[in-house]
Order: sequence, then structure tokens, then C-alpha cells
Amino acid sequence: MITVESVSKNFNGKPAVDNISFQVNDKEVLVLLGTSGCGKTTTLKMINRLIESDSGNILIDGKNIRNQKVEELRMGIGFVMQHSGLFPHYTIKQNIAVVPELLKWDKKKTENRTQELLNKLHLSEDILSRFPSELSGGQQQRVGIARALIANSPILLMDEPFGALDNITKADIHSEFKSLEELKNKTIILVTHDVQEAFELGHRVCLMDKGKIIQIGTPKEMLYQPKNEFVADFFAENRLLLEYKVATLKDVDDFNSEKLFDEFNFSENTSVWNALQKLSSNHKNTMQYEMLIKAFNEYRKLQIV
Amino acid sequence: MTQQSLWQFIIEQHEKLLTQITQHLGLTFLSLLLAIVVGVPLGILIARKRKLSSSVLGVAGILQTIPSIALLGFMIPAFGIGATPAIAALLIYALLPIIRNTYTGITEVNPTVIEAAKAMGMNKTQLLFKVEIPLAMPVIIAGIRTAAVINVGVATLASFVAAGGLGEFIFGGISLNNTNMILAGAIPAALLAVLLDQAIAVLQKSGYRLFQKLKYIVPAILIIVGAIYLLTSVSENKLKAGFTPEFMGRQDGDLGLRSVYGLNVNPVVVSDAIMYKAAYEKDLDLISGYSTDGRIKAFDLYVLNDDKKIFPPYFAAPIIKTKTLEKFPELEKILNLLSGKFNDSIMTDLNYKSDYLHQTPEKIAKDFLVKNNLYKISRKGNSGTIRIGSKIFGEQYILTEMYKMLIEGNTNYKVETKTGLGGTKICFDALMNDAIDFYPEYTGTGLLVLLKPTEQTIKKVSQSPDETYNYVNSEFQKQYGIQWLKSLGFNNSYALMMRRKQSKELNIMSISDLKNYIDSK
Repeated sequence: MITVESVSKNFNGKPAVDNISFQVNDKEVLVLLGTSGCGKTTTLKMINRLIESDSGNILIDGKNIRNQKVEELRMGIGFVMQHSGLFPHYTIKQNIAVVPELLKWDKKKTENRTQELLNKLHLSEDILSRFPSELSGGQQQRVGIARALIANSPILLMDEPFGALDNITKADIHSEFKSLEELKNKTIILVTHDVQEAFELGHRVCLMDKGKIIQIGTPKEMLYQPKNEFVADFFAENRLLLEYKVATLKDVDDFNSEKLFDEFNFSENTSVWNALQKLSSNHKNTMQYEMLIKAFNEYRKLQIV
Repeated sequence: MTQQSLWQFIIEQHEKLLTQITQHLGLTFLSLLLAIVVGVPLGILIARKRKLSSSVLGVAGILQTIPSIALLGFMIPAFGIGATPAIAALLIYALLPIIRNTYTGITEVNPTVIEAAKAMGMNKTQLLFKVEIPLAMPVIIAGIRTAAVINVGVATLASFVAAGGLGEFIFGGISLNNTNMILAGAIPAALLAVLLDQAIAVLQKSGYRLFQKLKYIVPAILIIVGAIYLLTSVSENKLKAGFTPEFMGRQDGDLGLRSVYGLNVNPVVVSDAIMYKAAYEKDLDLISGYSTDGRIKAFDLYVLNDDKKIFPPYFAAPIIKTKTLEKFPELEKILNLLSGKFNDSIMTDLNYKSDYLHQTPEKIAKDFLVKNNLYKISRKGNSGTIRIGSKIFGEQYILTEMYKMLIEGNTNYKVETKTGLGGTKICFDALMNDAIDFYPEYTGTGLLVLLKPTEQTIKKVSQSPDETYNYVNSEFQKQYGIQWLKSLGFNNSYALMMRRKQSKELNIMSISDLKNYIDSK
């Protein structure tokens, strides 16, 4: 569990992060969301002390991070950054093995673990001898994730990890991200300015502006119980799409068709958006499609008071 | 006398050439190695503490702008002569590019990569050696490359402080008017620079990966070549001798000492600018010098008697093209005003004032002319310009000033002086090409360096000053259309000299005594 207590940070006298507090529970994905300059990246980097906070405390599992040796703290936290941050002079193999080397793992252990991660992240083995510049952006980002995961640290910090990718690659990685077993056991803080990404990946979303936290909550809460105008406006643009995405089949009680669950591989947690996409892909299911829309509309009415 | 080809010269002198190349490489590599050892950590330091960067780079930049000869001069009081001052001076020249490139290389490493390294838990040392230095390596190597090329060039000057190197041939050749000798030094020096540049370029391109393989080999090569140099340059002698590059290659110099006296003193090559001081400070025991040099008086040196007469007379006189005399009709009379006004001790005294009392040539010249009732205030005329040349030592500067004052006081000509021309060849070529109108030359130099007649002729005409004078005068008129005006009256010949005290203790009064002493091992 990560606890941030009244933390502030000034750059040249200007507050970048202004007295914020929040908690991240174990195995939770918290997304820090906001426009650029809102303080989300600063907040993230204070957790592994790439930036030292001016005041306040950050605790990881109850231990103040200030009382730990900074290198040891960082070795225990995976970090993924926007432009992968791979070492251009190291091969992919060496890049993935940086932390194990710092931890003085034996070679065999590093190799096995590398192999395991390559499989999980759908990377082919022959990239190991290549250099980062020879990889595509998506591959680089996967290698960046492998590097952050290799030491099995329970916490993962991700700074706009998919920001530099094209939309198709991004969508692929998003679905992998959600299905990756390895990530389900981790406490993750992810920074992004992409609202859809935040809703897709985050268990909870923390919306920031001008160094302050405006609202923290689940995607549904953000949409249907906005704390103020700012929050409502922030999601106004893609609102309908987001609504379809946050609602799941479980939410939409009226839509009850177990036959369809089997036929289309739906589960209770399938989002309405994905279900509609599947149903609309051929014309046979027009009736179910319309039913689902109707059910969703019923559900929506209840949400918006 | 047949013209020797460059190839013949190289074959004949190949042993010397190889020694010089080894010395040259040794100097370059040793200084480069030291510069890397000093410069890279300094570069890293200022990349860490940016506040220091402007002052460190500023100081290194200022050091870089000191003329190389002056820098060598500063080194002598601290390090004496030999390899140490040369390496120290080269080190200083190599520092700036290495410090600057290390600094630039490290500060320009992509900050994202550094952040990634930190985020993975690297400490500062790991960050430096695993990330920053490897990524800065191409830039650092580019700096080393620049430094290497600079050092190959500047190392030619090492011969001034008896550190050897290809400068011995280059500057010897300039003094001796021997083009083959100049080229035998200059071409290998240029080739060394190109080769070294290319070799390092390969390292630079292949970057960090090859560097990792070579990181032990390259310093090893540097150290081995350096060590060879240091070992070869240590020679044990009873008396430490230092001769000028010019003296080394002359019949009336080291060659004559070997052939006529059978004397081999294993001399080091050293610039005349520092030779006397080195003798005084006991860095050297035996030096070649000029018999009218003021420092003989200043440092209490003793001129050994040339009992077998290998040093021909060197009476000074202005030399000038006949056609120049016709163009400036009043000139000959004026220039001859100084004729006979000197003897050896007068000239030594004037040189003493310049070399030791540090009076300006202008003051010495004016005092002398006033004393001899020859001084007249300049007329500031403008009816034509006469350009006077001089070689690069005190006596010539003083004579140039005297001629300038005489010409400007007695005629309406204007005078331009081109002082400090590097050697006989440069002066004479300047005269031949009408870059200067006249300069004071010495009969012995005219005979041995410029005319180069057969040995019999040399023997015959060098017996008396007058015969030498008449011979060079008539030959110069015949061959070059150049006249020797009347002799000034002093004989600035070559001489071997020692500290007076030591020569008394060892009872060495003549060159033959010296030979007996050296042989009596």
C-alpha cells in the first residue's frame, strides 16, 4: 500500500504539487490523470525519489521512503517511461538484465526470467541481440515493461508508458496490459493525459489540476458523480463513449441472455461498448443489439439523477 | 657537389630517423596518456559540478593559447631540460580538447536515459561507468583525437628542450638550408598525424563495443611506447652535452668534432635559446654556442680552444642584392658606417646587455650609436622603404635596430624590420625572393651553409678571415647577385663551452683536452 500524506513540491518558487494526499491499495491500478503541467508526473517521480518532495510524507507499506537508501528503494519499484528509456548502447538482453545485474542475480536465473517475460509480452527471442534503435516503438515499450517487471517488484510506476505509440499499437498493448497475469498482482500508479486510457486501465482515477487533486474515484464515480464543474467538463468531450465503456453487462440487469454469454464469450465484466461492437459485427444479432442499447439506456437513466 | 635526393638522405640517416620517430611517438603518447588521466576525470568533475565548468574550461583555454615555444620556455625553470618539460607542455596542450569533450559528452547524454538508469536503482558510480561514460565515449574519443593531432604537431618543438623527436630534423634542416633534412622530419611528422588521426577515427566509429574490447590494449600500447622512449632517451655520459640542431648537422659542428677530433659526446639536441641557461644550471655540461653570446659573460662560461681549427671564421656583414644597392644609391655608404666599429668583446658586451640585463635592442642600439657619434634623429622620410631582416637571436635584433636608426637618421628612406626569421634558410630565401632587402650574415655560414663548396675549398679558404670573406663575396656575386658589404669587425663563430669552474676542475682548456678526458674512462 502506498500512502501519500500532504506532499508538496515547488520548482523555482512555483508550486508544482500542492499539499496532496491519497492512498493506493495493494494490487490496485491508480491512474493519475490531468493535462500537462498539472503535477501528475512530479507526483509519480516523488514516489521513487527521482524528485525529492519538499514537505509531507510518502509511505510504502507503512515505511517512510525517506528512511530508505534511495538505490534500494528504486530497485524495489519498477519504472516504465514514455520513450522506453532503454540504454542505446546495451543490447535488448543487457537492457532487460540491468536490474538483475545490480541485484547480482546469477546468469541462469536472469536468463530464465527474461525468457518467461519475452513469452508473456509476445516478444520474439531474436530481438535479444539487437539494439533498441533497431526495434519498433511498440517493441521498445514492451521491452521497457519487461525491464521493469524482471525483478518482481510489487510496485510499478508508469509515466505515460503508451504515450508515444500509435492508436492501433496502443490498443493492442492495452488489452495485453489488462490480461497480463503478472500485472494483476501489482500495485500500479500510471500517469496519463489520455482519458480513455485512464478509464480502460485504471481501477481508480485521480484527476489533478494545477498541483491539486480535484477528485479521486472509480471511472463510474468520475462520470456520474463529478465533484464539480471541472470534473464534468473534463470528461464532457468523450462522455458517451466513456459511458458505454464503464458500464458492464453486470450493471445492465435487464439484458439477461445467458445464451449470448456463451455464444460470444461475454462475461459479467464485459463492457457494454465491447459487447455492442461484437453484436454489431454481423447483421444476425440486430435484435440483441437493440435490446442491449435499450437496457443500457435504462441503466443510464438511473445513474444520472 | 651533387644534389642528394630525399630518399638517399633517408636511407643514410634511417637510424636517426627511426630514433626520432620513436621519440616523437613516445612524447605524443606519454603526454596523451597523462592528458587523458588528468583531463577525463576533470571533465567528469565539471560535468557533475557545473559551476566549476566555466573556470576550468577557461583556464584550459588560456593555457591552450600560450605559444608553444613560450610554454616550453616556462617549463624549463620548473623541469630543467629533456623529456619532462616537453611532456608537461604537450600535456597542457592536450588538456583542453579532452576536458571539453568529456564535459560535452557527459552533459549531452539523453536525460531520459539517465533518469531510467537512476529509476532502476543505479548509484552515481554505476551511472557514470555503465551509462554516462559509455554514451559519451564517441565524443570523448573525438577530443582525444584532436589532442593527438595537436600533440604530434607540437612535439616537433620538443627538440628545443633536448627531448628529441622529428623536430631535430625539421629545425636542423631549416638552420642548415637542407631541404632533404626538413622533409625527412616533416613528412613523417605529417604521416604520423594522419595515421594517428585515422586510427583513432576507427576507434571512434566502432564506438563503445570495440572500445570495451580494446580498453586494456590501448593504454598498454601507450605505456609501452612511452616507456621505450624514456629508456632510449636515458644515456649515461661523463659530461652531458647539448648541441643546437644546426650544430649537429654541420661540418664545423658535431660532424667536425667527430671526424677531426674523433670526439663523440652523445649530445642531446637543444634550442640555443635555453642551452646557456641549461649549462649554467648544470642540466648540461658541454654546449655548442656562439663566441659573442652575452650569456657567456652572464653565466661565466669558458670557451674551449679550437686547437685543430674546425670552426671557420664567422665575421658578420650585411648582405644585399647589387640591384638593391642601385635602387637605393645612398644605402651602401650608410651601411658601411658600422664597419670596423666592433670587436668580439664589444659585441659580447652588447649581447650581455640584451640577453642578461634585458635591455631592449632599441636602447642598446641607440646607446652604442650615441657613444660612437653616429646617432641622428630620424628624418621620418618617405622616399622609399627598406626592409631589414634578422635571424632569431639577440645580436641580430641589435644590429637591425642600429641599421634602422642609421638609415632613418641619414636618409629619407623609411625602414621596415622583419625580425625573428627562423634561421639561415628562411632569411636567405626571404632575401632571394625580395621579401627583405638585406640582413646581417656571417661569412662562415655563407661558406658552409649557403655555398657548400668542396672540402678542399673549405679548408683552403677558412684559414684566414679575409680569405673567407673574399671567397664568399665573389661567389655570392657570381651565383646570386648578392654582395657582402664591409665586415662589422667581430667574429661570432661556433664554439664549444663549459662552465668555467668545471673546466678548471677537470683541467679542460681545449677541445683536445676534452677528448682526452672523455677517452680516459
